[in-house]
Amino acid sequence: MTTGPSSVPLVELDAVTKIYRMGDVEVRALAGVTLSIARGDFVCVMGSSGSGKSTLMNVIGCLDRPTSGRYRLAGVDTSSMGRRQLAQVRNRLLGFVFQHFNLLPRTSAVENVELPLVYAGLSAGERRRRALAALARVGLAARATHQPSQLSGGQQQRVAIARALVNEPAVIVADEPTGNLDSKTSVEVMAIFQELWRAGLTVVLVTHEPDIALYAARIITMRDGRVLSDVRQTPADATAPAAAAAPAREQAAS
Amino acid sequence: MRINQTMRLAGSALVRNSMRSLLTALGVVIGVGAVIAMEAIGEGAKTRVAETFEAMGTNLLIILPGSSSAGGLQGGSGTQPTLTWDDLGAIENELPAVRTAAAVLRAAATVQSDEQNWTTSVVGTSPSYFTIRAWTTVLGRPFDQGDVDAGAKVVLLGATAVEKLFGRDADPVGQVVRIKHMPFQVIGVLARKGQSPMGQDYDDTAIVPLTTFQAKIQGGLSKFIGGVIFVSATAADQTARALSEITTLLRDRHHLAPGADDDFSVRNLAEIASAQQEGTRVLTTLLAAIAAVSLVVGGIGIMNIMLVSVTERTREIGVRMAVGAQPADILSQFLVEALTLSVVGGLCGVALGYTAARQLAARFHWPTIFRPEIVLVAMGFSALVGVVFGLYPASKASRLDPIEALRFE
Repeated sequence: MTTGPSSVPLVELDAVTKIYRMGDVEVRALAGVTLSIARGDFVCVMGSSGSGKSTLMNVIGCLDRPTSGRYRLAGVDTSSMGRRQLAQVRNRLLGFVFQHFNLLPRTSAVENVELPLVYAGLSAGERRRRALAALARVGLAARATHQPSQLSGGQQQRVAIARALVNEPAVIVADEPTGNLDSKTSVEVMAIFQELWRAGLTVVLVTHEPDIALYAARIITMRDGRVLSDVRQTPADATAPAAAAAPAREQAAS
Repeated sequence: MRINQTMRLAGSALVRNSMRSLLTALGVVIGVGAVIAMEAIGEGAKTRVAETFEAMGTNLLIILPGSSSAGGLQGGSGTQPTLTWDDLGAIENELPAVRTAAAVLRAAATVQSDEQNWTTSVVGTSPSYFTIRAWTTVLGRPFDQGDVDAGAKVVLLGATAVEKLFGRDADPVGQVVRIKHMPFQVIGVLARKGQSPMGQDYDDTAIVPLTTFQAKIQGGLSKFIGGVIFVSATAADQTARALSEITTLLRDRHHLAPGADDDFSVRNLAEIASAQQEGTRVLTTLLAAIAAVSLVVGGIGIMNIMLVSVTERTREIGVRMAVGAQPADILSQFLVEALTLSVVGGLCGVALGYTAARQLAARFHWPTIFRPEIVLVAMGFSALVGVVFGLYPASKASRLDPIEALRFE
């Protein structure tokens, strides 16, 4: 995706602030964040509620623009982009996974996965081919025609992950992806993220659960809109026997 | 996003809430249906009025003699003969806006055939009467000036008179009927004209030469015309001018002092016709306007449901934006939904309006005319309603903030 040299980080924030105005009160959600994320990293952003981690997520995900400072994604400065350009960046460079899955109701899994490609202007045949491949990657090829209401929470989140990776994004941004899942399913979902990471994808994940953060390679902790700590770790292996068996069971069941 | 994709999306969204879509479209169905039906009925009424006046004669004016007054008691128009035969000659020959004129004398008389008798309106007039009233014969021939000069005992019968005396579709030409016990040879049958605007049957008549009428049926004063004068103006837009010319001429000939009342009156039928047409037109416009109001109400229904839909699908909009939908994509998605509702509603409305107009025509014998171009107008209007009332909800959707939309519960 990048045209610059490999030394250029994929995600690069430089003194980024975000100030919300709520009536007379000014809320400094981000009070000057400088950080960079290299291609192929697996970053977990932690922090209590109000620490600014969600705002950081929104900025990295190009859903929101910084009040001041510069944000470069894949070498492109997005700080001064308009709504239409940001939409295009999201479509080409980013994939989202949300806490509440946010799949379109009464729409089949494969059609949900196709959604980013619809706005990329791909032909129907190409969309279907790529969407089915993405579903296969998360182990849900057999559930392609199921609607979200016919899928379990873990399966729904895997459909959402397939949707996030179908456009071959530079970064997958996940906001509390395990927040609505039980602990066993959470580990299964984390196993998928690790798999994607090992395949070369860059993953930025927000969570407030420390045991989820164990599966990441780097933990950034936020407090009061600032980076409190930034540490590397050896990630725990989520593809332990019990978790790794889950996708296989899925396919066998259907 | 391509347009066929957008349309498929709108279609599936509407089908998903099929009952709601149906009820929303119903507003437009009724609105368009009402417009179409009102148009068809109005157009029919207008044409019937035009036809009725057409039947009375072309560019027709009627001059009636004045009223008699005795001891402060005024009789109505025509109670006193004031029009002379010389007046008629002058009107016919001296006025540029007058094409031709004919005296029309009328009396009720019993006509007898061999089997039947029938009391009808017997008219004595000159051949130009047929020109003035644009009245042709379907059988035989009309009488000519020769018949008038000779005082020939010939008669032309109206369709109703033929029916009563000889039976339906009979050919009485060459037969003899008796009017006031005098034999008249039937030389022609007049084309059917139908009813006058007041419901009088034009075809219930027998027409004889003027001279014959005076000599055999109802003798009159030699100087005055015992009836009215029918005048045909040179063109439809010349009737008002003909009227003023006639008035000036007759006041002059009758030596009326300035300020004195006319001792005659002139009816401008063309004017009455256009007034009637105007009345019909106003009524049609009014009905169509009321129908159009219901179309607007239908449009508000669409706006209402689209706003509900945008609110309901706020998260969906957020997701679409997050994965890269442009504001224009969201706008067109909701706009096409509104348009689909209104255009499909419009199509059904055309069918409903057409059916309703046909039913009314059949049940109440109303004349209805269905103009094909009104379908295009109605479709254009319903599309306009869709755009106008769909634009606000659609632009509201496209201006949503993706973060807030995703957070919407």
